[in-house]
Amino acid sequence: MTIKGYNKEDIARRVAAELQPDWVVNVGIGMPLTVLPFVPAERDIIFHSENGIIGMGPELADPTLGDDDLLSAGKRPVTLIPGGCFVHHADSFALARNGRLDATLLGAYQVSESGDLANWRLPSAELGSIGGAMDLAVGAKRVLVLMTHVGSDGTPKIVKTISYPLTAQRCVTKIFTDLAVISVTSAGLVLEEIAPGLTIEDVQGVTEPKLIPGERLQFRSKESGPKSVAL
Amino acid sequence: MKKKRGSSAAELIEDMFDGATVLVGGFGHAGVPDLLIEAVCERGLKALTIVTNNSGRGRTGIARLIERGCVAKMVCSFPIAKEGYVFKEWYAAGRIGVEVVPQGTLAERIRCAGAGLGGFLTPTGVGTDVARGKKVIEVNGREYLLEVPLRGDFALIRADAVDPRGNLTYRMAARNFNPIMAMAADKVLVQANREVALGEIDAEAIITPGLYVDSYFSAEPVRRAKAA
Repeated sequence: MTIKGYNKEDIARRVAAELQPDWVVNVGIGMPLTVLPFVPAERDIIFHSENGIIGMGPELADPTLGDDDLLSAGKRPVTLIPGGCFVHHADSFALARNGRLDATLLGAYQVSESGDLANWRLPSAELGSIGGAMDLAVGAKRVLVLMTHVGSDGTPKIVKTISYPLTAQRCVTKIFTDLAVISVTSAGLVLEEIAPGLTIEDVQGVTEPKLIPGERLQFRSKESGPKSVAL
Repeated sequence: MKKKRGSSAAELIEDMFDGATVLVGGFGHAGVPDLLIEAVCERGLKALTIVTNNSGRGRTGIARLIERGCVAKMVCSFPIAKEGYVFKEWYAAGRIGVEVVPQGTLAERIRCAGAGLGGFLTPTGVGTDVARGKKVIEVNGREYLLEVPLRGDFALIRADAVDPRGNLTYRMAARNFNPIMAMAADKVLVQANREVALGEIDAEAIITPGLYVDSYFSAEPVRRAKAA
């Protein structure tokens, strides 16, 4: 069964909506970088990039423009907001570990029921790249994960127990996928939102651990049919 | 205390030797001492341990150093990347070793060496593959890994401005690992974008004091991107 839900832009918009005014937010490589263009400037969020940028602006659409010395963690040209500044790598990761990051946006291979994160090495590969993920996952106040709900072979990526090499224990706060938004709580995984046209059963069917319907979703099931989901 | 001013990258690396541990600045293509790396390739040094963040893109920089057979081992956070294939090939063929280190731990191990410390405790990596063989120490109810300093025989540094005392500034995100590596090696060799007269750098703007620098040369950078 193929389920069609949010596309990548929908996920980026949804994550952008999650970021609160005046937060300091780290953005990792890949999907997280797609979030920046959807964050309104008036929210005055400071984006941090692991390579020592405090106050990073969006990536430039044309990579031939920009400055050779101003790159995102994904090594693409970015901009600096007025009042932005630079620190060296040890200070950049001091900031990641010392509790000043309100959130970090990371991709993932697997997230477990208890919030364990795996995102650096496939079990089939002998080697992987850790980058800044381990430091960011243990250090940020909130770890927001952006990923597809299932792997390319259809296997659930939200699992009871991590089977991939671990990045950090009990660190994930919220998961944003093409099908749903799920919070990791002490009571278990709470299903906060589901993509339009889908039911709770659809999402549960491709999620290993039991999902607890959140308050906004309590009455939403196959019988009542989907309601619109605010994006 | 005037510094040795070299006329070329080749001259700066004359004292480097086979088997040395070399810290190399840079993240992506920003702040990479590309001409010093090229000079090491040309000299054909062997069995180097290279401490740096990435394994190079395409056939340039660190990737070229690997391809020329100069590197026995990489110590880095991001060995496998879309834009790099040389390391992958050499690793698969068993021709190069690697120690994968979380990026913040890599930076702090270098900083620690430069600060004369014997190690530090980090929450990063607890319960993961990188904890293997490391001491776990509990402080105030939280678990930390004991990480040890990482020092180089040499550091290859990319700076923006250099003056005759070896004082350095960096440009934007080209700063990255450069200032901490400049404090953590026995010999610190600098490629600067430009050389300026003594007193021309505002004292408040100097990031690396010249006392850390052994020798330098300057070369105008070749721009990759068009000006915005």
